[in-house]
Amino acid sequence: MSRRPTVAEQLARQGVSRRAFLKFCAAAASLMALPPSMAPAIAEALGKLRRPSVIWLSFQECTGCTESLTRSHTPTVESLIFDMISLDYHHTLQAAAGTAAEQAREDAMKEAGYLVLVDGSIPTRDGGIYSTIAGVTNLQMLKDALANAAAVVSIGTCAAYGGIPKADPNPTGAKSVQALMDEGLVPRKPVINVPGCPPIPTVITGVLAHYLTFGEIPELDSLGRPTMFYGDSIHDRCYRRPFYDQGMFAKTFDDEGARKGWCLFELGCKGPTTHNACATTKWNNGTSFPIESGHGCIGCSEPDFWDAGSFYTALSAPADPLTLATSATVAGAAIGVGMSFVNRAKKGAAKSGHETATLKDLEK
Amino acid sequence: MNEVELLNWVRGPGLNIAIGIFLLGTIWRLFEIYSLGRKKDLSAPRHTAGASGWNTIARRSLAPPGMLKRSPISYIGGYVFHVGLAIVVFLFAPHIELIENLFGLSWPALPSQVVDLATVVTLAAMVLVLVDRINKPVKRYLSTVEDYFTWAVTFLPVLTGYMAVKHLLLPYTTMLALHILSVEILLVVLPFTKLFHVFTLFMSRWYNGQANAHKGVPV
Repeated sequence: MSRRPTVAEQLARQGVSRRAFLKFCAAAASLMALPPSMAPAIAEALGKLRRPSVIWLSFQECTGCTESLTRSHTPTVESLIFDMISLDYHHTLQAAAGTAAEQAREDAMKEAGYLVLVDGSIPTRDGGIYSTIAGVTNLQMLKDALANAAAVVSIGTCAAYGGIPKADPNPTGAKSVQALMDEGLVPRKPVINVPGCPPIPTVITGVLAHYLTFGEIPELDSLGRPTMFYGDSIHDRCYRRPFYDQGMFAKTFDDEGARKGWCLFELGCKGPTTHNACATTKWNNGTSFPIESGHGCIGCSEPDFWDAGSFYTALSAPADPLTLATSATVAGAAIGVGMSFVNRAKKGAAKSGHETATLKDLEK
Repeated sequence: MNEVELLNWVRGPGLNIAIGIFLLGTIWRLFEIYSLGRKKDLSAPRHTAGASGWNTIARRSLAPPGMLKRSPISYIGGYVFHVGLAIVVFLFAPHIELIENLFGLSWPALPSQVVDLATVVTLAAMVLVLVDRINKPVKRYLSTVEDYFTWAVTFLPVLTGYMAVKHLLLPYTTMLALHILSVEILLVVLPFTKLFHVFTLFMSRWYNGQANAHKGVPV
């Protein structure tokens, strides 16, 4: 493989000014909650970097994550930076097809230390036959790719937690990358989860920029997410939060409260239990995020969000219908009536067994 | 099981089971208690002013003369935490949302800062009555394991709810799941412990008052 150009060289070749590059680094620094003085350091680190090899594996997914990254705001420095990594294999984006594509993947895997980006969950039932690429099951492909990998980034909720394919009843036995490692089905490597359906494009590039700059995994929460992007809940950063605290709620999507921009909690907003950067980073070049558009958060960056009850049921309401209530009431009434008969029988027995005391008895 | 799975369980199957046991136990005990019946009182009823079931309900809701001074913590603390519980349970927006979902009834909520204050006062009053129970030899002697147990299962939902809202100790999702779980424990044990006074309190006061009124005793 020929010497990889550095990011700085590549950017110059593509006509990206030094100024634009530094602006990106400053934005990345603020996104990662680093002091502004870190921006030049990021620029230096990224600039000197040889294009790291990246293998992007798409498994049981909808291509939404790739769409999020490539179609978000065209063309930005973020997407250019993404071009700067050597995306050696991405079967949706790469020009090569068929045997040539698979050859590119195998070539990239020869040089250890590459990054594996996964979007989509991995089917495991029936030997993983429910999703194959070029006749190779996703499970086998991931196993092979991880052997020499430096780290894995699970892009999107499907790769991070199983997502929609894993939703009940999970017909394909879909699992997340982390779950496969925990079960010993694939080699264990450091995992960064970047969940979301899809994840915010700047969060994807931000995580990659952090990894490339510092050469290490960022601080992760208990669910493997970088705390710099997933540290706060949507609710805590929501601009509608004051309405929640004042008890002002939209009751329907077109009532007065909805028009006035009141809190969407009662309409099922999962903001309080959802950790993501939507409320701060926003979408579509900082235009807005779902709550700003009038729809509650559906909690897409959390595990099993698809099975957490209706998107339109408030967080404090039961997630599932209370199926036991009627039979429990009937059973309770039956036991109660039964017990009343037992008690009456006891009382009757005591009454009939009662012997009248006589003076003679008392003298005994 | 991670915190999200726990939350999904307590909001789904857990709640279903807890409300099922709560309904079963409550209906069972109400049927059993009210079907016990009493022997017919053959004496002629006496009539004394202020002797009736309704009078007893009102009278026993207030401290008897002199008792407020002798045991202020029991009466004031008891009142404060019961009223506080009512505010927290029935006037916090997410709770009203739950009630509306279950029964279709809803009413305006209090601002969350007011509910916060009521929660802190409730917690403080509950701690105070517990300390008083342990400190006073007579109360301690009269207390059983059930008294401490019912105190704990009542205290925990308030505490975990407050900690969830204020993001204390554990992440919100975990704390919310623990809060709902603690309420489910409360629901399950309520019909089978002295917490059943939620349902029987006023009816038994009325019954006792009425029985005594028959004898002409205003108590």
